[in-house]
Amino acid sequence: MLWNTLLLALRAIRRNLMRSFLTILGIVIGVAAVITMVTLGNGATKSVSDQISSMGSNLLMLIPGQRFGPGGGGAPNFKIADVEAIRYQISGAEWVAPVVNKGATAVYQANNWSTVVTGTNNDYFPAGNWELAAGRTFNETEERAGKAVCIIGETVREKLFGGQSPVGSEIRIKLFSCEVIGLLKGKGQSAMGSDQDDTVVMPLRTVQRRLSGSQDINRLTVSVSNSASIDGVKKQLTLLMRERRNISESEDDDFRVMDTRQIAETLTSTTKILTMLLGAVAAVSLLVGGIGIMNIMLVSVTERTREIGIRLAIGALEREVLLQFLIEAVVLSSIGGLIGIALATGASFFLARLMNVPYLFDPAINLLSFLFSAAIGVIFGFFPARRAAGLNPIDALRHE
Amino acid sequence: MNNSPLIRLSALTKVYGSGQAAFQALKGIDLAIETGEFVAIMGPSGSGKSTTMNILGCLDTPSSGSYEFMDIQVEKLSRNQRALLRRHFLGFVFQGFNLLARTTALENVELPLIYRGEDATSRHAAARAALEQVGLKGWEHHTPAELSGGQQQRVAIARAIVTHPAVLLADEPTGNLDTKTSQEIMELITAFNREKGITVLMVTHEPDMAAYARRIIRFVDGYLESDSRTEEAA
Ligand SMILES: Nc1ncnc2c1ncn2[C@@H]1O[C@H](COP(=O)(O)OP(=O)(O)O)[C@@H](O)[C@H]1O
Ligand SMILES: [Mg+2]
Repeated sequence: MLWNTLLLALRAIRRNLMRSFLTILGIVIGVAAVITMVTLGNGATKSVSDQISSMGSNLLMLIPGQRFGPGGGGAPNFKIADVEAIRYQISGAEWVAPVVNKGATAVYQANNWSTVVTGTNNDYFPAGNWELAAGRTFNETEERAGKAVCIIGETVREKLFGGQSPVGSEIRIKLFSCEVIGLLKGKGQSAMGSDQDDTVVMPLRTVQRRLSGSQDINRLTVSVSNSASIDGVKKQLTLLMRERRNISESEDDDFRVMDTRQIAETLTSTTKILTMLLGAVAAVSLLVGGIGIMNIMLVSVTERTREIGIRLAIGALEREVLLQFLIEAVVLSSIGGLIGIALATGASFFLARLMNVPYLFDPAINLLSFLFSAAIGVIFGFFPARRAAGLNPIDALRHE
Repeated sequence: MNNSPLIRLSALTKVYGSGQAAFQALKGIDLAIETGEFVAIMGPSGSGKSTTMNILGCLDTPSSGSYEFMDIQVEKLSRNQRALLRRHFLGFVFQGFNLLARTTALENVELPLIYRGEDATSRHAAARAALEQVGLKGWEHHTPAELSGGQQQRVAIARAIVTHPAVLLADEPTGNLDTKTSQEIMELITAFNREKGITVLMVTHEPDMAAYARRIIRFVDGYLESDSRTEEAA
């Protein structure tokens, strides 16, 4: 009986190619959208957490205020003396780099490029896993005197110098010119999706004097030596900074010490929310696909009711008719689901490459979308049939 | 020994609707039909002919009374049992053909055999043979839309007789056809009655068509008005 009913179901599908095609299409679109969105979202999240963990697990970041992000709630910035104090009083701190960022346009001959200038010290390079492709880091005189020297990233080199070697050339930043003494090895995109190689690094004092015009430091990056415990160094840093910033026992910290894990959590939570949002939007398209299928089924309900009447009249059992419709619905939505999955795999693979995020196959969302689409097919394809198959054959035949 | 007729209706009634809107379409029908008979059912429109045919064909159920078919009390059967009666013993031909759309003649005729669980080879052979018997050899792969009304009714007849039913029920089978085609259809039905011994019950308005039958039953207003046998040369 199952075999024959399968035959009948397949014949019914073939007989109504347009209806079958539209049903499949509705499911394909919904399933493909959901899977693609979620897969890309997962990839973006993975990319963020990957890059943060590639920063090393031994990195601590000090920022003023309690929030991560710009502003920091009006808490005072750090001073150069803080850097010295950390370096001498906390033995577990291997590298201590102050960071001041300033946007500026860099010009070389006819080329100009707007980039971000970072003022820091030589600790910045080992702490951030930066390596030099050419040239050298800052010397002591340059750091102390705030000389106009800079080390540029790969992107800046490409935009200003094209094929030329940049070391020894002078580039102009705002109103001063500055000698390129080094070139950084390329790193690619950062966790936030920005280009890490789009950077110009100068001695802290140079940036403070010529660009920011203040002694303030926005951020401190501290790398913890392998022998020291991260939590221990975090505690020591907190105590030291509370003392240096004159925070009484009853007051909360007006700065934050974050480790890589916390930074990762902060950043990935954003992409996770985004993934959920995209997934929700895509789920709506799955639902719309379902409504489309329902429409198709309702439009054909008269014809199908008559068809059921004919089948009953020539001796089909109610359960045979139901099984046929169930198989039809399951076959159509499975085909739609499988095509949707295939399409989504292709699309997410392609888009992941385009967006430069890893492609992660997520079995759960594939299974879930498939089951959901099958459920839609069954609900909208099967339940109208159930009503009709319960009628007297003559009433089904006469259905208007 | 076996004296009971093939079909026996006793005090059969049918009421459509309920309460205020209730309408009694059959008001107590008593009728017996023997194996091999060719019965024409006539009567004015609305007199209960189709209602009776539908009950006889197990497509509908009576409100009261009894319907005995091959010594089975049909009114006591379940839905599924009635479906099995239709499957094994009854063939139905409708005024409006009721073929599956966009489905070839062959597949339409095969359909009852599929439900009987016959394998593909014997199914195809039987369906082709049935189409040949109704004069549609060469039309197996045409869909209803590609066939004339007369041809569609032939497909419907092939579908009804492909299972070798005990009874062929035809409700105004020529109602949608012109005179010439009607006569061809009638000859076909008559042949199945004479040659295969299939009992035929046929509703018709036209005396010309009823003339093919050996017994004519007249319905009026939900009652059986007359029942007469004609003796005609075969
Ligand atoms: N499904 C139904 N619901 C209500 N009334 C019906 C239904 N089917 C038939 N009738 C009524 O029953 C009466 C007999 O109908 P029917 O058996 O079809 O007559 P006919 O002799 O023309 O075939 C008619 O008056 C018809 O209006
Ligand atoms: Mg009628």
